[in-house]
Amino acid sequence: MKPAPFEYVRPDTLDAAVQALNHEDARIIAGGQSLVPMMNFRLVQPERLVDINRIEALTPIVQTDTGVRVGALTRHVEAEYHPLLREHFPIISEAMPYVAHLAIRNRGTIAGSLCHADPSAEWPLLAILLNGEIEILGGSGSRTVPAEEFFMAPLTTDIAETELVTGVFFPSPPASCGMAFDEVSWRAGDFAIVAAGALVYIEKNRFVNVRLVLGGVFDTPIRITALEEALVGQSANQDAIEAVLSLTTKDLEPNDDLHASAEYRLSLVHVLARRVLTCALERASS
Amino acid sequence: MSSKTHITLTINDEPYRADVEPRMLAADFLRDELALTGTHIGCEHGVCGACTILLNGVSVRSCLLLAIQLDDAEVQTVEGLGSTREMHRIQTAFREYHALQCGFCTPGFLMTVQDILNTLPLRNDKEIRDALSGNICRCTGYDHIVKAVRSLVTERDKIANQ
Repeated sequence: MKPAPFEYVRPDTLDAAVQALNHEDARIIAGGQSLVPMMNFRLVQPERLVDINRIEALTPIVQTDTGVRVGALTRHVEAEYHPLLREHFPIISEAMPYVAHLAIRNRGTIAGSLCHADPSAEWPLLAILLNGEIEILGGSGSRTVPAEEFFMAPLTTDIAETELVTGVFFPSPPASCGMAFDEVSWRAGDFAIVAAGALVYIEKNRFVNVRLVLGGVFDTPIRITALEEALVGQSANQDAIEAVLSLTTKDLEPNDDLHASAEYRLSLVHVLARRVLTCALERASS
Repeated sequence: MSSKTHITLTINDEPYRADVEPRMLAADFLRDELALTGTHIGCEHGVCGACTILLNGVSVRSCLLLAIQLDDAEVQTVEGLGSTREMHRIQTAFREYHALQCGFCTPGFLMTVQDILNTLPLRNDKEIRDALSGNICRCTGYDHIVKAVRSLVTERDKIANQ
């Protein structure tokens, strides 16, 4: 299994990358942890490969007045240990160990995972949960897309073939916020059968805002808005969570596949939704 | 499209120069062009871990990396770890605990163990097993590999606490 021949371009600047992408059949390689297997299997045979690994503008993680901007080339391990992300978004370092294995996390990037858009991957779920904004650059300039609108179908996003993701902006959550992530897979490092993330804001012992996002049960990560809305205004305690938990699976119709039956997935959804909501509430309260 | 590009890199502290076709995988480059056949190729799609090498000090799959991407890089392969005469401590631990049988997966395990000893706390056997989960071994049942790593972790932590 070897990739088919291609032309290799390694731009040093964003301008040069955009120029290189102006081609009939160009693909970007960042970490290559999903792309190269597909090229080895010859499921993907780009004529031109644009390697963005040397573009320094894609690497920084910086704090702004309103949040943290994470460069597209940030590797999973860097995100796991970065002090700014640990401080403002501890859920990222909680979720990163679930991303494949260390050797994959050393190389794979945040933008690569977002653009690959696997329905059970961790970054797409986190991006939606944390209200991330995906920064995209193309020949006609730059644009920003809310994560919730970025993912369109399995392995399909809003990005055009001539564009690249330059970074992701995560707006700072309020101080009284708790977040939690958990997932179940057959073995450590496998893709999640179901993954769940929760974000809970409380004020005066009431839920002010709640976000619950699930992965692995739909074409893209999915927000469970019925549950989110039902919790807002309720007393911030476990009973309130238990009372709305059945809403988690109300409109879900996950598929059966080799890894798990739909029924098992629904039962995992309950277990994981309870776990992450309870944990996020505890963290918001402490 | 098949034209070759010149790359320079360091492998096991030795400088190398080569002309590579863009589509050549790093694993094939090491084995077929440089005869560094210690790096093994199992699945060729990033699942088995047999081709694990260190790239600029951290473990990566060499079957998911292009040789052309090694330009300017510092690579360590199992050949750089130790030799039969002078084995690395990780290798002697594997021998001591019978952590290999056929040996096909062993180079990948050795490189992975080097990275996880540097980066992860490995506080118990579950953490060791999780950290090794990216490498597949079809002979040992993993138990002896876990024992070898546990002994290395104990040694590491003893030194760190001195």
